Amino acid sequence: MSEHIMSSKMYYTIWITLLCLTVVTAAVSFVDLGPFNTVVALVIATVKALLVVLFFMHVKYTSEKLTKIVIVAAIFWLFLLLALSMADYGTRHLS
Amino acid sequence: MSDSPIAIEQHGPEHLHHFADAEQQRDAASLGMWLFLATEIMFFGGMFLAYLVYRSWYYNEFAAGSRSLDIYLGTINTAVLICSSLTVALGVRAAQMGNRKLLVILLLLTIVFGFAFLGIKGVEWYQKYEEHHIPGRTFNADDLVRDYPQIHIDQRPEQIYFSLYFAMTGLHALHMIIGVGIFVLLTFHAWKGRYTPKYYTPIEIGGLYWHFVDIVWIYLFPLLYLIDRKPLR
Amino acid sequence: MATLAVTAERENYLNKEYGIRSWLLTTDHKRIALLYLASITFFFFIGGFFALLIRLELLTPAGDLVQADTYNKLFSMHGQVMIFFFLIPSIPAVLGNFLVPLMIGAKDLAFPRINLLSWYLYIIAGVIYLHCIVTGGVDTGWTFYTPFSTAFSNTRVIEAGIAIFIAGFSSILTGLNFVVTIHRMRAPGMTWSRLPLFIWAHYATSIIQLLGTPVLAITLLLVVFERAFNLGIFDPTRGGDPLLFQHLFWFYSHPAVYIMILPAMAVESEVVACFTRKRIFGYNFVAMSSIAIAVFGFLVWAHHMFVAGISLYSALIFSILSYLVAVPSAIKVFNWTATMYKGSISFTTPMLYAFGFIGLFTMGGLTGLFLACLGIDVHVHDTYFVIAHFHYIMVGGAVMGYLGGLHFWWPKISGRMYPEGWGRLAALLVFAGFNLTFFPQFILGYMGMPRRYWQYPPEFQVLNVLSTAGSTILAVGYVLPMVYFLWSMRYGKIASDNPWGAAGLEWQTPSPPPTFNFDETPEVTWEAYNYEEIPAPAEVNVER
Repeated sequence: MSEHIMSSKMYYTIWITLLCLTVVTAAVSFVDLGPFNTVVALVIATVKALLVVLFFMHVKYTSEKLTKIVIVAAIFWLFLLLALSMADYGTRHLS
Repeated sequence: MSDSPIAIEQHGPEHLHHFADAEQQRDAASLGMWLFLATEIMFFGGMFLAYLVYRSWYYNEFAAGSRSLDIYLGTINTAVLICSSLTVALGVRAAQMGNRKLLVILLLLTIVFGFAFLGIKGVEWYQKYEEHHIPGRTFNADDLVRDYPQIHIDQRPEQIYFSLYFAMTGLHALHMIIGVGIFVLLTFHAWKGRYTPKYYTPIEIGGLYWHFVDIVWIYLFPLLYLIDRKPLR
Repeated sequence: MATLAVTAERENYLNKEYGIRSWLLTTDHKRIALLYLASITFFFFIGGFFALLIRLELLTPAGDLVQADTYNKLFSMHGQVMIFFFLIPSIPAVLGNFLVPLMIGAKDLAFPRINLLSWYLYIIAGVIYLHCIVTGGVDTGWTFYTPFSTAFSNTRVIEAGIAIFIAGFSSILTGLNFVVTIHRMRAPGMTWSRLPLFIWAHYATSIIQLLGTPVLAITLLLVVFERAFNLGIFDPTRGGDPLLFQHLFWFYSHPAVYIMILPAMAVESEVVACFTRKRIFGYNFVAMSSIAIAVFGFLVWAHHMFVAGISLYSALIFSILSYLVAVPSAIKVFNWTATMYKGSISFTTPMLYAFGFIGLFTMGGLTGLFLACLGIDVHVHDTYFVIAHFHYIMVGGAVMGYLGGLHFWWPKISGRMYPEGWGRLAALLVFAGFNLTFFPQFILGYMGMPRRYWQYPPEFQVLNVLSTAGSTILAVGYVLPMVYFLWSMRYGKIASDNPWGAAGLEWQTPSPPPTFNFDETPEVTWEAYNYEEIPAPAEVNVER
């Protein structure tokens, strides 16, 4: 757990960025980007999530490797669930 | 022996007896909360699988259902949660600095934002109820068929979209309610002066939980509200 | 000679405080372990009672003991009680809770109050499930398959689902406690490579509990919501996919079987090392194989769905992965066996269970490979072959591991020795009864007898009668330890700190241990299983 105190300016900067990204993602959904609408929406969401994790949850400033391992492992496990299930759903039309 | 009352040192809440020192206790609490959040990722993850499968099967129905949600309320709610994450983060900072009054104010603000989110969500759910979009016997998506003739929808899988909508936002709201409850407790303890720069672990790990609930919504918003809002020809 | 309690008893975790409040509000991991011991034993006999009724019905080909609907309830509740209320908690919640802090030199688990909460969640879940049983039970199979469970069953599905949902959180919290404890609270000098393999296996088990159980939780919740609020997520008439339920369900329920077997493997390592008086052969391989089992175990779930309608291509993938998952288990079996080579073997009760475990687990595991083969699975899926396979692992493996562990650590837990003669007799009865019960079921399944059927063609009767006969012997073998363990608490020989001459920090503190485990925090400077430094006991639990 990091002990040094973050500047409040950092928090406000992240906050404004998150709000802007929220407006952007809502606005972009009205623009026709074809199949990329989904990609853009998910990319923006991931950027927002990363900002919260790294800065609000202090992961960028922690020296604790285990925290990062836990986060990566959890995301990876979710990915396993989705990917291996889609191995079935994605190939049903083939057989 | 070490069990005799004289030999046991009296520790404050920052160093419970079974830990070697306060640092070990802090590290344990932090790891414990992160592991719990990992379980929550898998918990919500099951519904994300359902969403993934059914959106690929019933894109039209998902698109139409998504359009029927109020994008303004959704965006505002997203902003509300982001503001609450700010107050939480600033609250942890206030605790680190030993500023009790500021900490209490920020925790209270967080609770206010939490209630605001839940209130808006309640309004949205009521809208769905009025529009007959609650799955089951009362479900009726004639309005979607009428409003979006360009999107060919089948009313039966349309129920699946709304089933997922209610399940996902419902479970998220339940986590918010629990979060608000936790923060009420934290506020009470903070007001009593329990948290100092030496010991503010509950604020920190409560904050981690709150941020996580925010992150879930950060994904729910585009997945439920922004599936397809392109202008229809 | 029967010894009553000696006067001027040293203070330990059992006598430190008396009264029901000191037990129900305890945060001592050792007392919580005993709370769990009592509760899971209770549910073991409930599940066993259902099993006995099943076997009684199957004595005759006709459905003449119970009605078909009742039979459906019997096998469903037998499975749910045994898996969720007995096997999943068993070793971790009893032996793990008791031993993890002791083995690593800690005063307690990281979160003692969460440990107690874990037990209360289990009890609440158990009470809800008991209520479910007496108000009509559940008939969906232990697997809750949709759309039967969501739309057609007339039984207490919601209640059973909620009960198991809550039990799941009990399991998650136990796993969380273990992972944090093992990472953060090891005594000075207790490096990862000096940990007993019991700890490695429980660490791996806890990872599965943490990452898998939440998926079961959400799945059951969705079933409950669908039934209660008429949602349409699994409803085929509204476009839902029943297979989605199965994917979600088995994503947990396959790794769940590793939750059930890894702790038994944990016990096996400790018992084999002690009663061959040798370091486990290939310590690193055994430790890493525990982690490998936990990870690979998540990659194979759809082998339960080969004939359910998944695509052939995904079936091929899951089949190959299922073969791979057997490798780390096999590594362990080879290593335990290699440990025994040129070891100094004592045939104590725990060691008898350990021998049984190796053989029966191997048979169960190999027959799992038969099932992983697509062609064979088409033939034997949903037959008694599958039932025999998993009972070999869960009963021949996990339960025998549990019993062996209970006997091995009984002196530490209670301060008393159990009667060795009775212990060995019970172990042999369990082994004989088990094989007579379940080996015929392999044959029955291969011959085509379906599972979950309450009547069967007459040509299957002989094997069914043998199986039922075996189950009565098995039952006696299970009741005996209950009786003599209780007997030993008052009349058993007083145990020394280390009656087996075993390695491990738990044996370096008195039997039973003081409340805070060690008078002084140990400092570890030796490797695990340092049997070359530990003298063998002059006599190993000889009854006087």
